Amino acid sequence: MKKWIAGAALALTAMTGTAMADGHGDYPERPVMLMVSYGAGGATDFQARIVTMTAGNEDALNMPIAILNKSGAGGRVGWNWLAGAEADGYTLGAYNVPHFIAQSIEGGVDYSTDSFEPIANWGADPAVFVVGADSEFNSMDDVIAYATANPGGLTFSGAGLFVGHHIAALQLEKAAGVELAYIPNNAGGAGAMRAVIAGEVLGGVNNLSDAFRAREAGTVKILGVFDLERNSFIDDVPTLIEQGYDIDNASVNYRGVMVPAGTDQAIIDHLAAVVPTMFENGRVASRMAAGGSPMHIMNRAEVQEMWAQRQVTLEALLADL
Amino acid sequence: MEFLYYMGDVFTPINFGLLLLGTIGGLILGATPGLSPTMTVALMIPFTFKLEPQQGLILLGAAYTSTVAGGAVSAILLKIPGAPANIATTLDGHTMAQKGEGAKALQISFIASAIGGLFGVFLLIFLTPVLATWALAFGPSELFWLAILGVTVIGTLDSSSVVKGLLSGCIGLWLATIGFDDIMGAQRFIFHSSVSGGINVIPALIGLFAIPQVIAMFAKGRSNVDAEIIVVQRHPIGAAFREVFSRKRALAIGTAVGSIIGLIPGVGGQIAGLVAYDQSKKMSPESAKFGTGHPEGVIAAESANNAMVGPSLVPLLTLSIPGSPTAAVLLGGLLIHGIFPGPALFTQYPEVVWPFINSMLVGQILMCVFGLLIAGWAANVARVPRAVMAAVVLGLAVFGSYSVGHSMGDVYVMAALGLAMYFLERFGFSAAPLVLGLILGPIAEANFMQGAMIANATIGQMAYFFTGWLNWLLILIVLASIGYSIWMELLQRRYTTKEDAQA
Repeated sequence: MKKWIAGAALALTAMTGTAMADGHGDYPERPVMLMVSYGAGGATDFQARIVTMTAGNEDALNMPIAILNKSGAGGRVGWNWLAGAEADGYTLGAYNVPHFIAQSIEGGVDYSTDSFEPIANWGADPAVFVVGADSEFNSMDDVIAYATANPGGLTFSGAGLFVGHHIAALQLEKAAGVELAYIPNNAGGAGAMRAVIAGEVLGGVNNLSDAFRAREAGTVKILGVFDLERNSFIDDVPTLIEQGYDIDNASVNYRGVMVPAGTDQAIIDHLAAVVPTMFENGRVASRMAAGGSPMHIMNRAEVQEMWAQRQVTLEALLADL
Repeated sequence: MEFLYYMGDVFTPINFGLLLLGTIGGLILGATPGLSPTMTVALMIPFTFKLEPQQGLILLGAAYTSTVAGGAVSAILLKIPGAPANIATTLDGHTMAQKGEGAKALQISFIASAIGGLFGVFLLIFLTPVLATWALAFGPSELFWLAILGVTVIGTLDSSSVVKGLLSGCIGLWLATIGFDDIMGAQRFIFHSSVSGGINVIPALIGLFAIPQVIAMFAKGRSNVDAEIIVVQRHPIGAAFREVFSRKRALAIGTAVGSIIGLIPGVGGQIAGLVAYDQSKKMSPESAKFGTGHPEGVIAAESANNAMVGPSLVPLLTLSIPGSPTAAVLLGGLLIHGIFPGPALFTQYPEVVWPFINSMLVGQILMCVFGLLIAGWAANVARVPRAVMAAVVLGLAVFGSYSVGHSMGDVYVMAALGLAMYFLERFGFSAAPLVLGLILGPIAEANFMQGAMIANATIGQMAYFFTGWLNWLLILIVLASIGYSIWMELLQRRYTTKEDAQA
C-alpha cells in the first residue's frame, strides 16, 4: 500500500513541478522515476517493472521506483527527453543497447553515449532468426542458400531500423556476403513476429524471449542465435558462429538503468552500488524467468566497457550504409 | 461449453469482489479524459503481482471491458473522447446531452455497449480458431487497402460538405506525418521540440473536440445565463431498452463491424467505431438525422467499440501475438505469472483462461448495470453553468493531455490544435474527419512502405497489391464507398438547384 501512496505522491510532485531542495546525504528522500522509452506492455517496459519492484525494500533504495513511459520513434522521444532532463538523481532512464547508440551514430537526435551515465545492466535479450513452423528452411545454411540463389529476394522482418534486429540483419548480410531484403516493421517486435507467422515474409529476426514463447506456441522454428554462446532458454539452437557465420554479440539487446550526464557523482556511486543488488533479488529472478526474459546483471564498470565497445563496432558497421 | 464449467470460479467471494472492483475502477478510469483503456489496464497490472493468476486476470478482464464503455461517459457529457474508440460517440452523444437527453444517451450507450460486448466475447469463446486465421489474413497490402477504405469514409463523416470533409481529412493526414516516420526513421516537419515524437492521438483528440467547445462557451460569456438552463429530462431505463432494440439496424451494423474490424491487429480498435457510425449512417433511411443527436449514432458507435474487446484478444490467446496495445499490456499480466499464451493455453491453464473470459462476460453485464444506475445522475452535468463547465472541461483537457506522457509538449499540442479547430469549425470544417486522417495516415503509409519493400524483393508492386481475394474485396468496397459518396453529393446538388430555382 505504501508503494501506491508514494507513487501517487510522485505523480503529484511531477504534476505541480515542485522541485525539492536536495541534500545528497539521505538520497533518495522521495520516490525515484524511471523513464522507459517504449510503451506500456512492451518487453522493456515489462522487464523494467519487474526489476524495479523491490526498490522500496530497505536493503535496496528504500524508496519505490515509478515507471514513466515516453514512447515514440523507436525510443528516440524518450532518450531525447532524458538527455535534457534534470540531473537530480530522481530521474533515471532505461537504456536499450545497441538501439540508442546506433541512433546517435545515425544522427538527428540530441544524445550520444556521452549524454548518459550507466548505472547497471539487468538483461540481455539476444536476437534470433525465426521462420514459420511450416517453412522449408531448417538451418541458416538453407536460408543463405536461398538468398544466394535469389539475391535480394529473401524477405525477413525485424522491429525497425537502427535497433538490435537491424544490426543483426546487417551483420548477417556482411558475414554471408549476400544481399538480403530486411523489412522493418512499424509495429515493433510483435508486428515482425506476426509477419513471420502469417507467411508475409520468409523469415525474421526477433527477440529471443518472444521467439521462445512463439516456439512454445508452435508457430515458429528458431534457426540461430546472434550471440557468442547458446542461450539456456533454447539450448538446442546453435549460434550463428557455430553455423559458420562470423557474427558477434553486437546485436544483443542489453537493457539497464542509466542517469543523465551531470548527475552528482555521489548519487551515481550510491546507485551503482545498490541497483545491481536490487536486480539480484530472488523474487525478481523468478518473475523474470517465468516471463521468459533472460537476465544478465552487469555493474557500472562492465556497462561502461560494453558501451565503449558497441560504439566502435556500430560505427564500423553503420559506416557502410 | 467449457466456459460454463468455470463460470462458478467467477462468483467466489474474492473473485467476484475483484470483478466488481475492476468494473467500477475501469468505469471511473475510462471516464477520465486522457486515460485510454491501455493506460487503465497498465495501471492495474501492479495490483495483480500479489494476486493468484486467476484473480489477477479476472481483475484485468473486468477492467478492460468496462474502461472501453467508460470512455463514452466523457465523450457524451463533456465531448472529450477518452480514446479513439469513442470519437464516433461524441458526434451524436454530446448533441443529445446538450438537448437535455444526456440520461437517455448514456443509457442507450451502456446497453448497446453490453450487447456488442457480449457478442464479441461469445465470438472469442466459440470461434477462436476461425478468427485466428482471419487475424493473420491481414498483411501489409490488405491493411493498406483497409486504411484507404477508411479514407473514403472521411468525406461523408459529420461534415456539411464532402469537400470540407476531405480538406479536414488532408489536414489530419499532414499532421500524421509530423515526427519520425515509422519505417525509415526520417524526421519530418519537426519545427518544435514538442512534436519531435509526432502528434500523439490522445492529446490531439482532446484538443480537437473539447477546446473549440470551451472557447465557444467562454465566448458566449455570461449573457442571459438563466434563459439557457437546460432541462435534463429523466428517462426510464425500460424505455432505453426499447429504444435500443427498436433500432436493430444500427445495433446489428455496429456489432458486426466492431467484431470484424476489431480483430485486425493494430488497426481495428481505433477505427471500428467510426466505420460503424459511417456505415449505419449510409444505410439508414434517416441519414440526415445523424449528427443532430440521433440515438442510432450512439448505438452504432458504442456497440462497435465494445464488440471489439473479445475478438481483439484472439491473436494474443491463440498465436501469442498481442494484436493491440491493450493486448500487449495483458500479455505482461499473463507473463508475470509465468503463463505463456498460445494454443496450449486452453488445455494447460483452463482454470485461468476461462475465468478470464467469463469475467469479461459478467463484466459486460455489471458494467451495464452500474452505467444505468449512474446515467440519470451523471446527466445533470449538463445543468452546470456554462462558465463553470468551460473551466472544468479546460482543466480536464490539460490534465488528460499531460497524463498521457507527463509532458507539457502534449499540452501545447492539445492547445494549439484546439485553438486552430475553433476557427476551422467556424468555417464549417469538423473534427472527426481530421482525426480519422490523423489515425489512418500512419497505417496507410507504413503498410504501403512495408508492402512495397516486400513486393520489390519478390513479385513486384502491382502483383503484390492487386492479387488475392481479400485485396480485391477491399478494393471493391473502396470503389463502392467512393461511388456512394459521389452519388449522394450529386443527389444533394440536384435538390439544392431545384430549391434555388423555386426561390
